[in-house]
Amino acid sequence: MKQATQKKVTQFLGFFLLRACLYLVLAVLLLFLYDIGRKGGGAISWEFLTQVPRKGMTQGGIFPAIFGTFLVTLITAILAVPLGMCAAIYLNEYARQGHLTRLIRLSIRNLSGVPSIVYGLFGVILFVNIMRFGTSVLSAGLTLGLMTLPWTITASEEALKTVPNSYREGALALGATKWQSIRTNVLPYAVPGMLTGTVLGLARAAGETAPILFTGAAFFLPYLPKSLGDQFMALPYHLYIMATQHHQIEQVRPLAYGTALVLIVLVLGMNMTAVVIRFRLRRKRR
Amino acid sequence: MSDGTMPPKIETEDLNFYYGPARALNKVSIACAANRVTAIIGPSGCGKSTFIRTLNRMNDVIPGIRMEGTILLDGKNIHDPDVDVVELRRRVGMVFQKPNPFPKSIFDNIAYGLRINGMRERRKLEEVVEKSLRGSALWDEVKDRLNENAFALSGGQQQRLCIARALAVEPEVILFDEPCSAIDPIATAKIEDLIQTLKKSYTVVIVTHNMQQAARVSDFTAFMMLGELIEFDATEKVFTNPASKLTEDYITGRFG
Repeated sequence: MKQATQKKVTQFLGFFLLRACLYLVLAVLLLFLYDIGRKGGGAISWEFLTQVPRKGMTQGGIFPAIFGTFLVTLITAILAVPLGMCAAIYLNEYARQGHLTRLIRLSIRNLSGVPSIVYGLFGVILFVNIMRFGTSVLSAGLTLGLMTLPWTITASEEALKTVPNSYREGALALGATKWQSIRTNVLPYAVPGMLTGTVLGLARAAGETAPILFTGAAFFLPYLPKSLGDQFMALPYHLYIMATQHHQIEQVRPLAYGTALVLIVLVLGMNMTAVVIRFRLRRKRR
Repeated sequence: MSDGTMPPKIETEDLNFYYGPARALNKVSIACAANRVTAIIGPSGCGKSTFIRTLNRMNDVIPGIRMEGTILLDGKNIHDPDVDVVELRRRVGMVFQKPNPFPKSIFDNIAYGLRINGMRERRKLEEVVEKSLRGSALWDEVKDRLNENAFALSGGQQQRLCIARALAVEPEVILFDEPCSAIDPIATAKIEDLIQTLKKSYTVVIVTHNMQQAARVSDFTAFMMLGELIEFDATEKVFTNPASKLTEDYITGRFG
């Protein structure tokens, strides 16, 4: 009897601790969002979202930065999404599972842990100098794409692993070729998960500063990039400048908070899109 | 074992099989007669599943395997370079241990094998789906809900769906890998009846854990242990007058 009570107390304490941890994390997140929302909300206006910065960025809007972030993320996606998905399909479905494959997989996992500034410097050497794309939105997008690839590959492979092997075997046993079994019996069930992981990776890329710092992002441009060879403004870099490098730091603080809010809403929006995509596709497959 | 007049439909000769360094089959020679049911019995890990999966080369996809010996389908070595493994698997169908319907509609499950071979004609597909479902005694239960997801069926119905799906591509041999181990006794009885019907048109090989099942459905029985074939004879002979002491001990339940 006494033992039973003790077991219940232990369980209660255990659950209490777990719940407390969850609430703590949530509280920090909400506080953070509240602070940014409160201080940045005032700066948000139609003008702020649609105008170029004026008077040494103390007035006007951040439209070039919003546009630049969209453009660079698009280039990132064009590089990282198809390449990442195909690499994952090859690794998980075709490659012989041996030491080499394991080594490759380990390397990919490690690449996703490489600091983003290292990607930035690598991008300068490869895209800006060797391939002569210059400091441009193209170089920056490709650099971000390289950084996102390990994430898309890993997330896509995880999604492929969740498809039961019996779907593959069942198809093969009916005389399907390997590709047929993958196309009709694996991909339809893996794609929602692949897309979710990919969009999360892109959202992360959209918020990065270091990889675009030397490869294409500009301090201040009162116009939009006209070609892939032009420099561009980006939200995270703009925020960094406003928060730490501007000489009238007090004056631009509300604008910095406004920029932060726009960036956060953009990233959260992308994450929500991922959730919606997955939900929709899952329901359709049922 | 053929009855002398007819050549076996599918047979193995001195089959050795290895997973990496581990030997799973040791000189197994079994000949399965056409239009008969051949049962493979034996304790867990005796190699019976490995054996049946060599017959349609399903083991090919497992890394690190090695095989020696020959497997003949209608006298033709299935490992010959001119044999297309995709075509082989169409001719030698397989029903797995756990029902594995695809997460598609009942109709699409059955039509799967035809569609991957390029059949698009709706009328023909409908015809084959009905014929296959009748063949697996499932038609009456599902004819009004062919567009429902196959996962909505019960376990036993799902297994009969998988049988229908295998029938749809008109195989010559059907392999059953412990088809009843995951379903209830009533559903099991239905599948056993079905196997009796199927042997009129197909050659059937069945791996089973259940000795009564082997006795009920099969014409020939092979008893395997630790990767070796201990005894292979007419089912009645194996169960009433086994030649080997090991077989006798196993079927009388002294081990297993």
